[in-house]
Amino acid sequence: MDAKVKIKRFDPEAAQPESYWQEYAVSLADNATVLDALIKIREEQDGTLTLRCSCRSAICGSCAMRINGHAGLACKTALSRVLDADNAIVVEPAGVMPVVKDLTVDFEPFWSKIRAVEPYLQPQGAEPEGEYIASNESMLHLSGVTACIMCGACVSDCTVLEVDPTFLGPAALAKAYRFTADPRDGNREGVSRERLRNLSEPTGIWDCTRCNECVQACPKGVAPMDRIMALREQAVNAGFNRNNGARHTSAFTESVGHSGRLDELRLPIKSVGGVTNLGAMFSYAPVGWRALTHGKMPPIRHKNVENVENVRRLFRKLEPDLYGPQIGKSSPFG
Amino acid sequence: MLEHDVLVIGAGLAGMRAAIAARANGANTAIISKVHPVRSHSNAAQGGINAALLDRGDDWEDHAYDTIKGSDFLGDQDAIEVMCRSAGKALIDMEHMGVTFNRDDEGKLGTRAFGGQRRARTFFVGDFTGQALLHVMFEQLVKSDVQSYEEWFVTSLIVEDGQVGGVTALEIRTGQLRAIRAKTIIFCTGGCGRLFEPSTNALIVTGDGMALAYNAGAGLMDMEMVQYHPTTLAGSGVLLSEAARGEGAYLRDKDGNRFMEKYAPNMMELASRDVVSRAEQTEINAGNGINGCVFLDCTHLGEALITEKLSQIREIGIDLAGVDMAREPVPIRPGMHYIMGGIKTDIDGQTTLPGVYAAGECANVSVHGGNRLGANSLLDTIVFGERSGNHAAEASRDMDYLQFNEQEVVAREEKRIRDMLERPDNGDRWGNIRLGMGESMVRNVAVYRDHQSIEEAIRDLGQLRDRYAQVPVHNKNRVFNTDLVFALELGYMLDVADTIAISALDRKESRGAQARTDYPSRDDANWLKHIVAKKGEIGPEVSYLPVTITKWELEERKY
Repeated sequence: MDAKVKIKRFDPEAAQPESYWQEYAVSLADNATVLDALIKIREEQDGTLTLRCSCRSAICGSCAMRINGHAGLACKTALSRVLDADNAIVVEPAGVMPVVKDLTVDFEPFWSKIRAVEPYLQPQGAEPEGEYIASNESMLHLSGVTACIMCGACVSDCTVLEVDPTFLGPAALAKAYRFTADPRDGNREGVSRERLRNLSEPTGIWDCTRCNECVQACPKGVAPMDRIMALREQAVNAGFNRNNGARHTSAFTESVGHSGRLDELRLPIKSVGGVTNLGAMFSYAPVGWRALTHGKMPPIRHKNVENVENVRRLFRKLEPDLYGPQIGKSSPFG
Repeated sequence: MLEHDVLVIGAGLAGMRAAIAARANGANTAIISKVHPVRSHSNAAQGGINAALLDRGDDWEDHAYDTIKGSDFLGDQDAIEVMCRSAGKALIDMEHMGVTFNRDDEGKLGTRAFGGQRRARTFFVGDFTGQALLHVMFEQLVKSDVQSYEEWFVTSLIVEDGQVGGVTALEIRTGQLRAIRAKTIIFCTGGCGRLFEPSTNALIVTGDGMALAYNAGAGLMDMEMVQYHPTTLAGSGVLLSEAARGEGAYLRDKDGNRFMEKYAPNMMELASRDVVSRAEQTEINAGNGINGCVFLDCTHLGEALITEKLSQIREIGIDLAGVDMAREPVPIRPGMHYIMGGIKTDIDGQTTLPGVYAAGECANVSVHGGNRLGANSLLDTIVFGERSGNHAAEASRDMDYLQFNEQEVVAREEKRIRDMLERPDNGDRWGNIRLGMGESMVRNVAVYRDHQSIEEAIRDLGQLRDRYAQVPVHNKNRVFNTDLVFALELGYMLDVADTIAISALDRKESRGAQARTDYPSRDDANWLKHIVAKKGEIGPEVSYLPVTITKWELEERKY
C-alpha cells in the first residue's frame, strides 16, 4: 500500500518557530497502522520527525494524535481505513495541549488535572486483613473506566477545554468517577462525599457541554462523558444540588415533565437559584433586553404541549420517585 | 546539584514500588524514567499475578515447587521461597491500594489457571492486569512525595574509584544534560526485548539498565535464558495473553489437531512456556503450520467469556491481524517476550556494586531460572521492588554522597554526545543496525539454537558494532531529540546482546529456554550452575556461580 502522509510539524529551535506541513510518501504492508507509517518515515527518511510511541498495541497511551482531524491512537488506526481517495492522510499533534515538537505535546496540563482529583483510593475506616469484599459486577464496571490509558485523546478533542483551560476535562473526571463508583472508596456505604462536593464546584462536572467528542475519541471505550453524567447523578444524590448545574438539570426536567417543553424564561432564573440571586438577575438584564427588542423573548405565560398527559406518563414511568402521582397536579413553575 | 538518598531508574512497577518503599522509609527519593511512568512496559503484562493464598487452601510451597520446576531447577530456591512467601501480602497490598481485581461469587478475589501450575492461583483484572497494577502504583506515587524526573534519559553512571555515586541524564524535553548525585541507585529499567525483531516488547525496552550496570562492572547472570512466548501475533509480534489458554483455549495445527498431546499429555496447552514454544516450533518446522504459524483457538469459549475476560486481546487480534478470535482461530507463533537473565542481585536487590540495586526484569534474583512461569513477573516486580527500596533507604542512612566535580562530569558527557551529533552522514542509519541485530538474534538465538547459529550471531554483532561506532544522528537539535536517544539506546542494546550470545554459546546443554540442538539434554552434572557475564577487555567474560538448592530435589521435568 502506498500512502501520502501529510504531517503538521513544529520545530521550537527554528529561527522563527511556526508550524508547517510536510508530506512523505511511504510504502507499507496492507495491514499497516498509521504508527507503522510514522515509524518508517522516522527510521528511513527523516530522523528529525518526532513523536512519542512505545507499545504498538494500544496500552501505553503514548501515540495519541489527530488523524484526519480527529484524535486517536496511531497504533490502533489501520492506515488503509483512513486514506482518502488520493491515498493521503493528515496527521497533526493532539489538540488543547501545547505542542513541544512535531507530534509531541506538553502533557503537564493533563497531569495537573489528574492530580487535582486526588487520584488514589481513599477508604475511610480500618483496612480489612484480607481483601475488601466487593461484587464482581462492581469491579467489572470499574474496569470499564480503569481501561483508560491516559492517552489524552479525549482531552485533545474536548470542546470545553478548547475554550476554557480551567475545566477538569474528560480524562480527570473519568478518573474521579473510578473512585466515586468504587465501593471501597469513601464511607462505609461507598459514598465519596468529599470528592463529589469538590467535583460539583466550578470547573468540575457541571462544565461539560455533553458534545460527545470525548466518547468518540476514546480508543478504549471508556466513554468519559457518560462517566461525567454518572458523577452528576451521584453528586445530586449525595445532596450537592445547590449549584447552577444541578439546579439547571432539575429545572429542565421539571419543566419538560410538567408542560412537555422548556420554559425558557424561567429556566435560567431557576438555574441560578431564583430571582433572589440579584447578581445573576442583573447579569441577565442585557440579554433580556436584547431578546425583548429582537422579538425573541419567550412568552411570559408558559403553555403546555398538546396531550401533555402522555409526556407526564413517561416521566412517571421513568422516575416514579421524583415524578409520582402528583406531577402535573400543581405546577412546579407556580 | 540534584541530590537524593535513593535514585530509582525506571518507573514501571518495580521502580515505582521501590521508590514508594524507599520514601516510606524516610529516604529522600527520586525516580527517573525516559517515559512517563504510566507509559512503562509493565502495562503489557496481561494475564495476572500469582499468589498462593492460605485461605483458598493454597500453599506457598506448592507455588514455590511449580516455580522451581518451571525454572528447570536453575532458579535459586532461597529467592523463590522469599517471593512465594511474600506473594499473598503483596497481592492484598495491591488490592488495598485500589486494583479492581475480578472477583468470585462471594466477592473475594477470583483466580484463573495459568501455565506450569497445578492449581489456579493467578489473580487478574480482565486481560490487562499489568496496566491495572501500573496505574494504581502510579496513583500511589502521586500520593507519595517522591521526586519524579519524567522523560529524562540516563546516559551514564558516575563512577569514581569503583564507587557509583550518581548518573548523568538527558532531559529529553530540553535536551539539557544534568548530573544527579545519589547515595544508592536502584535499576528498574525492565528487559531488553527490542534486541530481538520481532518481539512482544514495547519500543522502549532496550536493556538500558543492564548495559549501564554491566559497563560499571556488575555481572549479568543467565543471559542465555530468553523466553519465547507461545502466543504472539505473526507480523508485529504483539502478545496474545496466556490468559486465553488459562481460560481454556486450544492450540491447533493446520489440520485442527491439538498437538500438545504429544508434548505435554497432562498439562496440554498449560505446560510451561518453554515447553509449549518448543512444541509449536517443532510443529511449524515439520510443516504442520501455515505461513510459519499454528493456531490459537478460542472459538469454543463463547463470546460472553471473551468479552468479560479477554476483551483486550480480542481487540488486538481485530486491530492488528483482522481476526476476531471469538469467531475464528488466530494464527500465532513463538515470539521473544522476556529475559530471565539480568543484573545479578541478592534477595534484597543488592548487586555486586556497593550501593547499586536492581529489581524487576532487569534484575536476576534468581526466581525464574531457565524459564519464568506466566504471572510470576508482576509478582517479582512488586516483591523485589519493595525489598530493594526498603534496603536502599536503610543503607543510605549511613552513606555519604560521592564527591565529584559536576561541571567536569557533565562536560565530559556533553562532549561525547556532541561528537555523536557531529558525525558525518555516511548513509547508514541506526534503524538499519537495530533491525540487523534484531533479525540476527531471532534467527540465531532462537527457540532452538546451536553452536553454529550462535557463532553467527556473535559475528553479526561484531560487524554491527563497527557500524554503530560511525552511525550518524540526523537530528542535530536538542529539544526532544528522539533520534539521539535511539542512537544512545542502540549502544546499550549491542552491549546486552553480546552477553546473551556469549552465555548461550557457553552453556552446552538444554535447560529451560536454552534449547541447544547440539546438546539436547539437561546436564546437571556439568551445568547446574549460573553463568555470569562481566565486562572484560574485549567483550563479555563468563564465570560461574552455584545454584542455591534448599529442599526441592532435582527431578526430570514433565508436564
